[in-house]
Amino acid sequence: MAESNVKVLGTWASPFVMRVKIALHLKSVRYEDVEEDLLAPKSELLLKSNPVYKKIPVFFHAHNPICESLIILQYIDEVWTTSASSILPSDPYERSQSRFWAAYVDDKFFPALRRLLIGATEEDKKAALEEVVEGTVVLEGAFGELSKGKAFFGGDNIGFVDIALGSLLGWIEVIGKQCETKLVSEAKTPRLVQWADCFSAHEAVKDVLPDVDKLADFGLKLRAKILKALAPTN
Amino acid sequence: MGEEVKLHGMWASPFSRRVELALKLKAIPYQYIEEDLSNKTPSLLCYNPVHKKVPVLVHNDKPVAESMVIIEYMDETWENNPFLPRDPYERAMARFYAKFIDDKLLPTLAKLGQTAGKEKEETIEEIHEQLKVLEDELKGKQFFGGQRIGYLDIVAMILVWLHLAGSITGQKVLSTEKFPLIYEWIERVMKMEVVNECLIPEEKRQDWIQLAQRAPKSASN
Repeated sequence: MAESNVKVLGTWASPFVMRVKIALHLKSVRYEDVEEDLLAPKSELLLKSNPVYKKIPVFFHAHNPICESLIILQYIDEVWTTSASSILPSDPYERSQSRFWAAYVDDKFFPALRRLLIGATEEDKKAALEEVVEGTVVLEGAFGELSKGKAFFGGDNIGFVDIALGSLLGWIEVIGKQCETKLVSEAKTPRLVQWADCFSAHEAVKDVLPDVDKLADFGLKLRAKILKALAPTN
Repeated sequence: MGEEVKLHGMWASPFSRRVELALKLKAIPYQYIEEDLSNKTPSLLCYNPVHKKVPVLVHNDKPVAESMVIIEYMDETWENNPFLPRDPYERAMARFYAKFIDDKLLPTLAKLGQTAGKEKEETIEEIHEQLKVLEDELKGKQFFGGQRIGYLDIVAMILVWLHLAGSITGQKVLSTEKFPLIYEWIERVMKMEVVNECLIPEEKRQDWIQLAQRAPKSASN
């Protein structure tokens, strides 16, 4: 039975929405799932609940909308504290490191990944690919530091950075296939390869990560839509 | 317990200055290291190898980078004068608007110095729309944090910088008619000694304007 006052406005294909669902699954919080069609004009609900950015996910709790996936994750962690699964560690310094790396995923890694998806020229794609691969190597290093020999960035269980990066795995695979490269490779990032398998198989994650073929198909449509919007108008 | 706090910063960086303000608000003694961004110290490169940027806070030899990560770390480590409210929803709102300032307002302001003519007018329009979001956030409040200065006020100091820049260049993007509540907030915070201590000193303001107009990319976060 869903908690009647918990709702996620999003789409199956968005990694940012996946983050919120994974967090809710971790905390065993049931929610209402409202699907927004990214290929259609934005819904009234979206425009009303996120007037600043007009983007998904929007998380509703007791009718209060909250936007921005990492902010939503921290909110979920601060509200549902009774469950065994903490998303952020308890030590302030470790929390700062988790926040730092999640910000790295969003501010550095994801933009490069996005540029690789929508890159119009071969040159753009090549530059983006280099950045993405460099990013995976940096994240491999971060994994070494944060995991302390355990299976996840969060240690024994998945945490903030696992969710931030892991939610991108579907897209990483789709974009990699498009470029005919394994973006998270055994050669450069063996620990991340292993981590990716563990993350994808986790109870709270496995039903949230989408089917890669379905995502690839969606990716083509999304890329076309973005490129059309970016094209200079006559 | 021996507490050693160091801050690697840069005088013209709003990100660095906001951490200084946070340190002063919590009355945390610290050693300040001024970084020459064209010749970064080995310490900085060692403490922030990923971004190589200021500010970096070093607490008992443990580095924390990224201004908002630093500010949350400070709030969780030194519990006096809390920056963030207690209520999770209000915390989420403070974080949201702070991120809005960093992700939207600051880049648009940076763009302003690089544009002219019609593009400049459009950029000013964009800034006005973004400032309206913040103006609305101040309704019924003395500070963004409510009755006292808090997390969002610290990040919103960029509005004071914008006001100062306007006074120097004569180009007022921030008008009292359009944004009366922001103006009242600016007057209120500028009465605070700690805020003034973290502003660009008057004798450096012309240099700062020139620097801001020259550099499209920030070397700080």
